[in-house]
Amino acid sequence: MRLKIEPRLEIPRWLPVVSIILALILALIIGAIPLAYGGLDPFEAYYQMFRTGFFEPYSFSDTLVKATPLILAGLGVTIAFRMRLWNIGAEGQLFLGAWAATGVALFWLPPTTPKVVMLAAMTLGGFAAGALWGAIPGVLKAKLGVNEIISSLMLTYVAVEFNNYFVYGPWAAGGFGLTAPYPRTAWFPRLTDFGDTIPAFRGMTAHLGILYGIIAAVILFVIFKYSKWGYELKVIGDNPNAARYAGMNLSRTIILTMIISGGLAGLAGMSEVAGVVHRLQENFSPGYGFTAIIVAWLARLNPLAVIVVGYLFGGLLVGGDAIQPAGIPLLIQGIILFCVISADTFTRYRIRLVQPAATTAQS
Amino acid sequence: MSNTPYALEMRGITKRFPGVLANDNVNFTVEKGEIHALLGENGAGKSTLMNMVNGLYRADEGQILLDGKPVKFSSPRDAIDNGVGMVHQHFMLVPTQTVAENLILGQKTPRFYINYKKLEQDIADLSQKFGLAVEPHAKIWQLSVGEQQRVEILKMLYQGAKLLIMDEPTAVLTPQEVTDLFKTLREMTATGHTIIFISHKLDEVVAIADRVTVLRRGRVESTVDGKSTSKAELARLMVGREVLFRIQKKPAEPTADALVIDSVSCENDRGLPALRNMSLTVRSGEVVGIAGVAGNGQTELAQVITGLRQATSGKVTVQGQDVTNQPATATIDQGLAYIPADRNGVGSSPNLNLADNLILKSYRRPPIGSGWRIDLGLVRSQAEQLIEQFDVKTPSVDLPARLLSGGNLQKLILAREISRQPKVVIAVYPVRGLDVGAIESIHQMLIDERDRGAGILLISEDLDELLSLSDRIVVLFEGQIVGEVPPEDERIDEIGLMMAGTKVEQSHAT
Repeated sequence: MRLKIEPRLEIPRWLPVVSIILALILALIIGAIPLAYGGLDPFEAYYQMFRTGFFEPYSFSDTLVKATPLILAGLGVTIAFRMRLWNIGAEGQLFLGAWAATGVALFWLPPTTPKVVMLAAMTLGGFAAGALWGAIPGVLKAKLGVNEIISSLMLTYVAVEFNNYFVYGPWAAGGFGLTAPYPRTAWFPRLTDFGDTIPAFRGMTAHLGILYGIIAAVILFVIFKYSKWGYELKVIGDNPNAARYAGMNLSRTIILTMIISGGLAGLAGMSEVAGVVHRLQENFSPGYGFTAIIVAWLARLNPLAVIVVGYLFGGLLVGGDAIQPAGIPLLIQGIILFCVISADTFTRYRIRLVQPAATTAQS
Repeated sequence: MSNTPYALEMRGITKRFPGVLANDNVNFTVEKGEIHALLGENGAGKSTLMNMVNGLYRADEGQILLDGKPVKFSSPRDAIDNGVGMVHQHFMLVPTQTVAENLILGQKTPRFYINYKKLEQDIADLSQKFGLAVEPHAKIWQLSVGEQQRVEILKMLYQGAKLLIMDEPTAVLTPQEVTDLFKTLREMTATGHTIIFISHKLDEVVAIADRVTVLRRGRVESTVDGKSTSKAELARLMVGREVLFRIQKKPAEPTADALVIDSVSCENDRGLPALRNMSLTVRSGEVVGIAGVAGNGQTELAQVITGLRQATSGKVTVQGQDVTNQPATATIDQGLAYIPADRNGVGSSPNLNLADNLILKSYRRPPIGSGWRIDLGLVRSQAEQLIEQFDVKTPSVDLPARLLSGGNLQKLILAREISRQPKVVIAVYPVRGLDVGAIESIHQMLIDERDRGAGILLISEDLDELLSLSDRIVVLFEGQIVGEVPPEDERIDEIGLMMAGTKVEQSHAT
């Protein structure tokens, strides 16, 4: 007997969904091995994770908080990946967005600025800085053919160190890798802020950023489905030669896509500092920009699915905090990505057992 | 029957690819020690046939015998172990390694220790014997293309090839290198090697081949003696004599100039001249056929006209409007339709559905595109209507384009281009690889467009097609029009010779 791999001509609609679910289950099974090795009961650990992430009174709000940057950055990754532009530098774009929002909140606008103006300026600044950081690999790719995977990843390290310079240097408050806290006008409204009128919201930290995420997802969905630009992305992603033949401007679209991709990641950073941290600090992101790649991929680059997957991963992060040792959630994320990408092969190819002709199989 | 078995015998070989019959019941024999040329147009099935001998493909039907013994190779490795080597058009060498290292790549011996001294001596001996001068220490990337080819040949000889297949070996060589190569090939046959020489260049075939087998549309047209044949005979065999079908058409009624190409020059992807001061006029209501062997500037010509390639000099006008070096969108808006040679790679987006593929040229403007939006309802209804009207056989407009057969995909592309009522249609190899039924409907569509008043520029290698469709035929050779011939069957030899680069007394000066 021999294994034979054949491409599938048609992919049934249900297959990708089933393959992802199976991949998730398989990932949890594989993840159980290191958990057991680390002296934990895998069942107990998973139970704790899911309970904390999804079924405690505050789970919903806590998970939304973690999901917010994942959704925003995941959408950024989605739009680039849609045209097979492998922007894996969302993490760096996210740091730059947070940096610019901090500049606005602490240094460039007075603390007496009205809240609406302050938040609008931070939003614009965060988007613009992320967009700029995304535009660099975009321009390099469009004009010089530089591989965007390398350039966007390398720029992430530049962005992190850039951020470190400011939090330890010019913007440091006390030299601990933090800036001073933002004035209250630079804080995103949270559910708990409405606790006086709606008691159920008391202590809930979900903030305005999640609305940004949902709105952005809906806008992207409309763009992808109904707009000329979404159509161009689709054609360029599938066959750049056909796109050129149809008269599409590839360089312009590549740059514009990277700008929006980076801008959304920048918004993720901005919303994280305005909604959660309320200051800029070293390592404020536990790799949201990288996890966003997994989120986008699991969501099959569907912006509405990014919301769902982002929420699930938010729960995984919240639940992961409940179990020790702390590396586990990241480890499980890695295993999930590995399994999902592997499962992708099975959706595109079928595997058959074939009997070699005229020879008897020997084991 | 002779007692000595053939070096290679292929019996009843058939090979199908999705939608294409690449080889159809091919019988082919090569005698020991001969140089056997395999001649045919692009897409005639030469490389496919040889790749089956080389173990890259497996035949769907038929038998391959090597020295009289049936063989079934499952890989090129298998083939070379049995003395069959192939030198591909694109060399299979590791650029950063030396000549010597490339020669032992993939060999069973040496297993661990490499005796470079002996290896280099062996290489020197082989080089000496066959006149393949090459420096064993040199890294591949430092060598010229001609030298790299010598390394490929040496590699095959070193690995024990008795039967050497060369896929268009002269395409990349300078004339001097061609002469050297031919000397080497003769040297090799003198020492008992057998050579199969794939080509579509008549001059070379006549110069080198002992026998010539002509393939046409996947079938063996004929095998002739290389010494007694003529270029004219080969040209006729290659492009076909028999008229399979002739389209019914009335005489052309050309009117104003639709497309004017005025001493245009351009470069190919490698920066070499592709068109040299080329001039041509196509009038509304006529089909102008461009004959020529592929690689003489056809692709570049179509690209320059449609704004996909920069002209370095000269001028292109469509109905009086200058479109020279305008973006492709401008030529689309000017009413230029373009049916590219590469249906899957350029003319369609394989993973998008048929409806999406049908709006490639029209999504930008009303009624399909309005403002930032695309009218999805209209896209769908229009797609369904076009598929009906142009007889594209598909279960639904949601099918990805890659699942269409070649003929149906081409009909889809024509539906898209023609439905926009173009003023000029550029059709490049529009029926290559299609079956007879599809050929007929596509030809009819082009003639209907002519009668509607469009100017048609038809680029093809198939003289049958050119004679059947064209109102005038010009021949393109090395980026220039070398002559114009009326589309009459009696002129076919003349066209064939001009395609091969022989200047003929021109009937009309252009």
